[in-house]
Amino acid sequence: MEQVNNDIQPSVRHIQIEPAHGWALLDLKELLHFRDLLLILTLRDVKLRYKQTALGVIWVILQPLIASLIFAVIFGRFANLPSNGVPYLLFVFAGLLPWNLFAGALQRAGNSLISDSKLISKVYFPRMTIPIASSAAVLVDFAVALVVMLALLLLNGWALTWNLLVLPPLVIMLLLISVGVSLFISALNVYYRDFMYALPFVVQVWMYASPVVYSGDLIPEIVKPFYAINPLVGIIEGFRWALLGTGDFPAVPLLISLVIGTVLFVAGGLVFQRVEQNFADVI
Amino acid sequence: MSDIAIRVENLGKSYQIAHSGGRSGYKTLQEDILRWLKHPFSKIDTPAIRETFWALRDVSFEVKHGEVLGIIGHNGAGKSTLLKILSRITKPTTGRADIYGRIGSLLEVGTGFHPELTGRENIFLNGAVLGMTRRDIQKHFDEIVAFAEVEQFLDTPVKRYSSGMYMRLAFAVAAHLEPEVLVVDEVLAVGDADFQKKCLGKMSEVAKDGRTVLFVSHNMGAMQQLCNTGILLNRGKIQFTGDMKATITEYLKAAADLTQGNTLRERIDRKGEGRLKFTGVSIVDEKGTALEHILSGQNVYFRLYYEAEYELRNASVFASFNVASPEGILLTNLNSKVTGDTNLPIYHSGYFECHWPRFNLRSGTYTCNLFCSINDVIEDWLQSAFQIYVDDGNFYDTSSLPDRSQGDVLVNHSWQSIGLSASEDTKTATISPSQLSELS
Repeated sequence: MEQVNNDIQPSVRHIQIEPAHGWALLDLKELLHFRDLLLILTLRDVKLRYKQTALGVIWVILQPLIASLIFAVIFGRFANLPSNGVPYLLFVFAGLLPWNLFAGALQRAGNSLISDSKLISKVYFPRMTIPIASSAAVLVDFAVALVVMLALLLLNGWALTWNLLVLPPLVIMLLLISVGVSLFISALNVYYRDFMYALPFVVQVWMYASPVVYSGDLIPEIVKPFYAINPLVGIIEGFRWALLGTGDFPAVPLLISLVIGTVLFVAGGLVFQRVEQNFADVI
Repeated sequence: MSDIAIRVENLGKSYQIAHSGGRSGYKTLQEDILRWLKHPFSKIDTPAIRETFWALRDVSFEVKHGEVLGIIGHNGAGKSTLLKILSRITKPTTGRADIYGRIGSLLEVGTGFHPELTGRENIFLNGAVLGMTRRDIQKHFDEIVAFAEVEQFLDTPVKRYSSGMYMRLAFAVAAHLEPEVLVVDEVLAVGDADFQKKCLGKMSEVAKDGRTVLFVSHNMGAMQQLCNTGILLNRGKIQFTGDMKATITEYLKAAADLTQGNTLRERIDRKGEGRLKFTGVSIVDEKGTALEHILSGQNVYFRLYYEAEYELRNASVFASFNVASPEGILLTNLNSKVTGDTNLPIYHSGYFECHWPRFNLRSGTYTCNLFCSINDVIEDWLQSAFQIYVDDGNFYDTSSLPDRSQGDVLVNHSWQSIGLSASEDTKTATISPSQLSELS
């Protein structure tokens, strides 16, 4: 019975094949149609990440923890930078939490199309699923790191507050930004492999242009308007507010993040759709 | 709703071939920026010196629902390009195509398989890549596993699979794709004979099921068995369309035209690096006299003339040609590896000579592909490079041959009879006709 149901689709799909066009609206419907593929590709990336490693998931915990320790020692102890009265380790960890999601998504997505070039030259599916799945796979790391963060807070005598409720919308905004930038980079990387080499520098510069390992209060007032264009500023300060309760709720920076994030996502998607039409011939 | 499943109108695909000798495709930003600095008003993408090559041009045809269409043609005729456009992998340059129904395409067995993942995980991954939903896959999961015969290895990473198991699993997933329009490219060329038979069986099942199938293969036997109608592509254009049998006949005729005068040098539909290129073939007898027709039973020498960019000694040379019957069925392959003669020197210009003693094929026209690889790098590969015209000869020295309908191959053989029961004298073994009648 089910067999029959499946075969007789109520609406006959009509596929039109035409020469490459210029710009087109975002085809989110097609993406939705392939949501199972998106999910399975994401699971693949998660599973593959730590295959044949002895420590497995422990790496997910160790990586941000060790990074935070190093930053805490260098910036908190040696450079003696202020941290709004919070232990420097917690301060940095709260900043690295969103930052690692962003940077991880960029790094994973950047090369994703090229490592799946066989797929691209042999089957059809919305190409966007590949970089999006790579970015989404980083969410697992993020979730584990978040648990570690909460554990660190409780261990240090911090109380969990209602502020935490802003985290889900913050994560969604962060994903919007990450996927937007990832779409740009992954698509351009197919044409110009230079991006593979430039990306680590871009990520590093971007990190120091964001209040990840230092407090945003250190930024001179004159520079602040330019600094605020960086959509990650609002997100990171939002995370610190939610987790540590430091400062005021960064409403204005978050509004900027939302606007710029949306613009990045739409623009990234449009550029991707424009150039993906030639992927199979170029990759 | 009309009964048309696929409509293709004036479809064309052109590629830009870079002339600078460098690899086309990958660019570096530097090249483009420099070019842009020199010519700031030209489009960034405008290439320096490039030539347009039409892989497919002005192709139009229609396929009805339930029709099984075979597409044949030589390497480089545009078959794969056509399938890639219809599968939406690449965009056409001109024209359009309309497909009515869910389309599934299988251009390669095992696309999307990941070696580190288990068989189970790969079934889901591969299925999703081919366009199945998770529910579809779950529904067919047991069938897929049974078809592939990999029950015990479901939770083993496929990198530990034997290549046979790998192929079986990959085909099994694809075979359970249930699209209304199925596009298949040369997937039956893999695996052992048993497996091929199984695949072919599955394919004809799909075809009988009333699904629309587009099928590309060099296996003319399979094509004739599976397809109702055929399209013959030649250098990107449709040369012939008709029922499958007529299309195959036309294809073989076209193959003969290509080989006339042995102008292999001019052929562009070849694959390989091209540092060694075949230029012609001649068939000679023991005295070195060129033969137009071979008589079965003759001692013949195949001379495969080539030109090479450099001379080589002590390289591993794999020179080969295969022989397909007048019906297009592959009969055999002759190559320097199986005879242990891979240590062939390469000259700037010369020929490989292959001795075929007591030629054992029946009358007819046989078509051969030529192939040469050096140190495992394919240098030259030509489909339908030359043909062998054979007349029945005195193969057995008895002026007798089996009926022509009994096959294309003659086998050198002899007969005797051995008794198994040990008898003391020959009396029991030789019974005279009179004794025989007494017995009955």
